[in-house]
Amino acid sequence: MCKAQISIRGLTHIYHPGRPGERIALQDINGDICQGELLAIIGPNGSGKSTLARHFNALLLPTRGTVTVDGLSTTDPANRWEIRCRVGMVLQNPDNQLVASVVEEDVAFGPENLGLPPEEVRRRVDRALALVGLGEQRLRPPHLLSGGQKQRLAIAGALAMKPSCLVLDEPTAMLDPAGRREVLQTLLGLNREEGLTVVLVTHFMEEAVLADRVWVLSGGRLVLEGTPAQVFSQREGMQKIGLALPGPAELAWRLRSSGWPVPDGILTLDDLVACLAGLLSETGWGRRQ
Amino acid sequence: MLSGITLGQYVPGRSFIHRLDPRTKILACAMLILAVLVCNRPAGYAILTLGTLLALGGAGTSPRLVMSVLRPFWIILTLTLVLQLFFTPGLALFALGPLHVTREGLVLGGQILWRLTLLIIFSSLLTLTTSPLMLTAALESLLKPLKRLGVPAFDLAMMMTIALRFIPTLLQEAQQIIKAQQSRGAVFSRGGLTRRVRGLVPLLVPLFAGAFRRAEELATAMEIRCYRVGANRTRMHQLRYSRRDYIVLVGAGAVLAATFALRWWG
Ligand SMILES: Nc1ncnc2c1ncn2[C@@H]1O[C@H](COP(=O)(O)OP(=O)(O)O)[C@@H](O)[C@H]1O
Ligand SMILES: [Mg+2]
Repeated sequence: MCKAQISIRGLTHIYHPGRPGERIALQDINGDICQGELLAIIGPNGSGKSTLARHFNALLLPTRGTVTVDGLSTTDPANRWEIRCRVGMVLQNPDNQLVASVVEEDVAFGPENLGLPPEEVRRRVDRALALVGLGEQRLRPPHLLSGGQKQRLAIAGALAMKPSCLVLDEPTAMLDPAGRREVLQTLLGLNREEGLTVVLVTHFMEEAVLADRVWVLSGGRLVLEGTPAQVFSQREGMQKIGLALPGPAELAWRLRSSGWPVPDGILTLDDLVACLAGLLSETGWGRRQ
Repeated sequence: MLSGITLGQYVPGRSFIHRLDPRTKILACAMLILAVLVCNRPAGYAILTLGTLLALGGAGTSPRLVMSVLRPFWIILTLTLVLQLFFTPGLALFALGPLHVTREGLVLGGQILWRLTLLIIFSSLLTLTTSPLMLTAALESLLKPLKRLGVPAFDLAMMMTIALRFIPTLLQEAQQIIKAQQSRGAVFSRGGLTRRVRGLVPLLVPLFAGAFRRAEELATAMEIRCYRVGANRTRMHQLRYSRRDYIVLVGAGAVLAATFALRWWG
């Protein structure tokens, strides 16, 4: 059904094995990330989201099991740099992942590390900045950018490596709503228009709704997976592991359980508004008020 | 408290000085600093002052910016002037209580004040007009001949880049911490010396803790982008000397030669 870009088989990760502070962070994870999809990974704090994400570009290696990227195993040291080029990564705190004091020089950092010729570096930098809409800011110092801009800059830094997959570990957690929207629009654009595979680790359910597929982690295990509609129809299962439904889905559920004929599969505010408007005109509520 | 133009901060621009090769700027700056240290004649100071004015003009620096660059040093500057004024033996000009201001003190103090000012201006001009990455690229290129002697030119350059990148971020963070502590009643700028120093502890502890956390994440971020210690990197900006650079280098060399000549034969 899909062309697997990243395959995870029997992945277990243990921090500090055999030493004090040993901790099983991931347990027997299996799954495929398909080419061109937008996958959201959600789960409560400490459920192993970051640990899992760091396996996709060989920052962490499996204690047991395998992770392969386009058929290249992350455990083989010979593959490490190839994998880092194919899987770009963006971290949570925008301030701690920018290395240079000028926007365009920061984007150039990755390609320069690859030893590419200067003209090629220049081309990649210009393209990456255009893709995230920061072309105008290219000579500014990053510490004067807004949070959303900084995070888009971090995305540009990853794009300049020409990855086919982008993994983002809670990229919007430290942003205000406007910055969050900026970053999400950028990611959706890259996924829909550039065909980039995007893996979005997030704790905002409203963001997971935008994905093609959702993985739910709990206690280091992959406990639930499916389309957003499938996953968020499991209200009880989600509640058991401490996750709430997206606001509109929760409201739809409450209306339904108090007897209103609200259908399944309502996830976004638009869905809900359309449904309620329909209900109002059917029942004649609007006229009576 | 920590705002304004900070030491080592880059102000982007397209002036004559901005567009010089960064190696030229480092070399010219070194020559001019040497000239300041060697200088001991009025004619020498005149040449240096002229050179400074030319450099400031060439960089399109406003007098306000120059003042804000000098501001952090005003205590040191006044202190040296005052010490020289009162404690240089010589012909007394006038007295302030038991202290005498001497003519020699005035001359010496003035000279030292002017020298320090010039030194600060030269080195600030370098960092104001050169992006830190260009600065490190230049250092790397200038240190390259020393690679054979085992000097890790590239890694030194990278360390400098990062240090410079995080100065503004750490200052912003310090400001936030100060505000947070002040809002809970901490007082930073009152009381005796010990009280003030003790007052710094709640500022420095979170600042250092934050810096270590940052360092760890930054190392990860660099690894993600394929940074390898000792690997061969390229540069987006290739360094190239142009006619502008030769003019500046010859000019700075001439100033240096003139101050030397004035000192030993003048
Ligand atoms: N470097 C580490 N050393 C030891 N334990 C760790 C380390 N990093 C994470 N853990 C533990 O592994 C578990 C999963 O953490 P993490 O992947 O960061 O979760 P999430 O990103 O979902 O919040 C947590 O219980 C955490 O305490
Ligand atoms: Mg995490």
